[in-house]
Amino acid sequence: MAETRSRGRFGVHGGQYIPETLMNAVIELEEAYNHYKDDSQFQAELTELFNNYAGRPSRLYYAKKMTEDLGGAKIYLKREDLNHTGAHKINNVLGQTLLAKKMGKTRVIAETGAGQHGVAAATAAALMGMECEVFMGEEDTKRQALNVYKMRLLGATVHPVSSGTGTLKDAVSETMREWTNRIADTHYVLGSVMGPHPFPTIVRDFQAVISKEIKEQCLAAEGKLPDAVLACVGGGSNAIGAFYHFIEDEGVRLIGCEAAGRGVDTFETAATIATGRLGIFHGMKSYFCQDEYGQIAPVYSISAGLDYPGIGPEHAWLHDTGRAEYAAITDDEAVDAFEYLSRMEGIIPAIESAHAVAYARKLASQMGKDQVMVINISGRGDKDCAAIARYRGEDLHE
Amino acid sequence: MSNIRKAFENGKAFIPFITCGDPDLDTTKAVVRAMAENGADLIELGIPFSDPTAEGPVIQGANLRALSGGVTTDKIFDMVVELREDVKLPMVFMTYANVVYSYGTERFLDRAAAIGMDGLILPDVPYEEKADFSGACRERGLDLISLIAPTSHERITMIAKEADGFIYCVSSLGVTGMRSEITTDVGAMVKLVKSVSDIPAAIGFGISNPETAAKMAAQSDGVIVGSAIVKLIEKYGRDAVPYVAQFVREMKAAISPD
Repeated sequence: MAETRSRGRFGVHGGQYIPETLMNAVIELEEAYNHYKDDSQFQAELTELFNNYAGRPSRLYYAKKMTEDLGGAKIYLKREDLNHTGAHKINNVLGQTLLAKKMGKTRVIAETGAGQHGVAAATAAALMGMECEVFMGEEDTKRQALNVYKMRLLGATVHPVSSGTGTLKDAVSETMREWTNRIADTHYVLGSVMGPHPFPTIVRDFQAVISKEIKEQCLAAEGKLPDAVLACVGGGSNAIGAFYHFIEDEGVRLIGCEAAGRGVDTFETAATIATGRLGIFHGMKSYFCQDEYGQIAPVYSISAGLDYPGIGPEHAWLHDTGRAEYAAITDDEAVDAFEYLSRMEGIIPAIESAHAVAYARKLASQMGKDQVMVINISGRGDKDCAAIARYRGEDLHE
Repeated sequence: MSNIRKAFENGKAFIPFITCGDPDLDTTKAVVRAMAENGADLIELGIPFSDPTAEGPVIQGANLRALSGGVTTDKIFDMVVELREDVKLPMVFMTYANVVYSYGTERFLDRAAAIGMDGLILPDVPYEEKADFSGACRERGLDLISLIAPTSHERITMIAKEADGFIYCVSSLGVTGMRSEITTDVGAMVKLVKSVSDIPAAIGFGISNPETAAKMAAQSDGVIVGSAIVKLIEKYGRDAVPYVAQFVREMKAAISPD
């Protein structure tokens, strides 16, 4: 049977599997993006926002103690956690909100898992004077209560989503439903490299600043490209951002770290590459955790930001072609890494980013001392402290 | 001529939808027979999906009840085999792309054709992606139903030119569910369809009472009603059959000229 080759394909993955009601909206978005991405005025405004508002470029920090402790590759941390709002999410949100504003939209809607994307969206909306509504799984509003308050403080309305499993996938579904309900004045600021075309491409382009900077910074510090770049993967936006400018450099290993939850041999996992299979959901063809009848699996991870049953189509393709590797990290390993980086370098990473740190701890000693590894610290861990304390049996509540 | 076209030969078509397995497949069978006997011209059988992104709360609830009751695509196929012993009117499956794709598109469509289904509605497969399914449907004599929406504008003629069976005309923005009024100029949408094709056009989304149904039928070839029926099943459960029968009878009467 012939596979379609519609717009926005990465191998067989991607596409635009959405209700007809939204088709003209994504076509309009694609046209606007194609216009503004080559518009020097737009790019100048975005760079201004990146540098003077979000605090870019983010540092590439040499983790000396960690390097010595693990006794292998020279380890650098890409400090996306130092961005305004505390994560890489701000890169995409500033780009999309600026684009929406140019398109004449006055309202943005967004889904959020851990709350980082929601906070970033609320921040950009406040900055640019737009209305903002955020959809967040009810379960996640409890896990990340502080972020709910932050979004409200920033002027956004937060809608808890109780349908389905009350987590990130349900928040995405509900935001899509809301977009079909009100399109004319509304842009959906999708938070990851997923959904229908052109979102995976737009989000990747706005996040690609991460790998552009890593490349320059690594060349300046080491006089060569890194040997490996590690990043955590849920939908995959920080990872694609960290990988993108290295895809052509085949000597650079690209490693995505998925959330295994309680293990890839259990049902309580969110490791899509390890346990999923090809499917069509949330606007895209890609790999999804699902049962034999195509019902989307209720995935689990300690990390609300990685707790998603799919993966962006470009990652699915990088996996198919073997250009990128994907490893699964359990809750236990991620929590150990969360504590490890805090004590070793005085940096508390987001529990999402701790998945990449966990894999680095396994990999570093297998690499030579002349080799360079970059770990993308996609966000800071303040939001996770109470939950990790509880995971360790402490009676701590926000 | 496809079997689906026959649904439009008996005046304006009344097209009810139910979610299979809500609350169980025995109730679904009884409801389908009652609908067939009380004026339905074509029946949409919903195969439940865990994450139905085009549905409002009523049909989302039905999907959840059906799946928690253990219904599967295979059990629904078996139910259709039983129904086809006596239910002769056209029937189509309404589900989401992943239910078909994950089963194996060709395997799914082989089975659907073999048990006497007439078509397939996939609300998350727009014109741009239909090649994944349309060729395989045609090879088996199944109609892949195309949808048009209030936002489709110039896309309507492009879609209608290649459409099979009937055109599903989405009356309103948003997801499925009952609405107090429909403000879209659906008549204009139907006219655009008719300017390029003689394919029947039926209107769905938000139609829940005889008055709206009559208004919509006057501008089209038929009406599709889902949430209002699912709501009756939600309310009366296994005892819903007479209520659905009466509702279908009233709706068909409302859209039929005196």
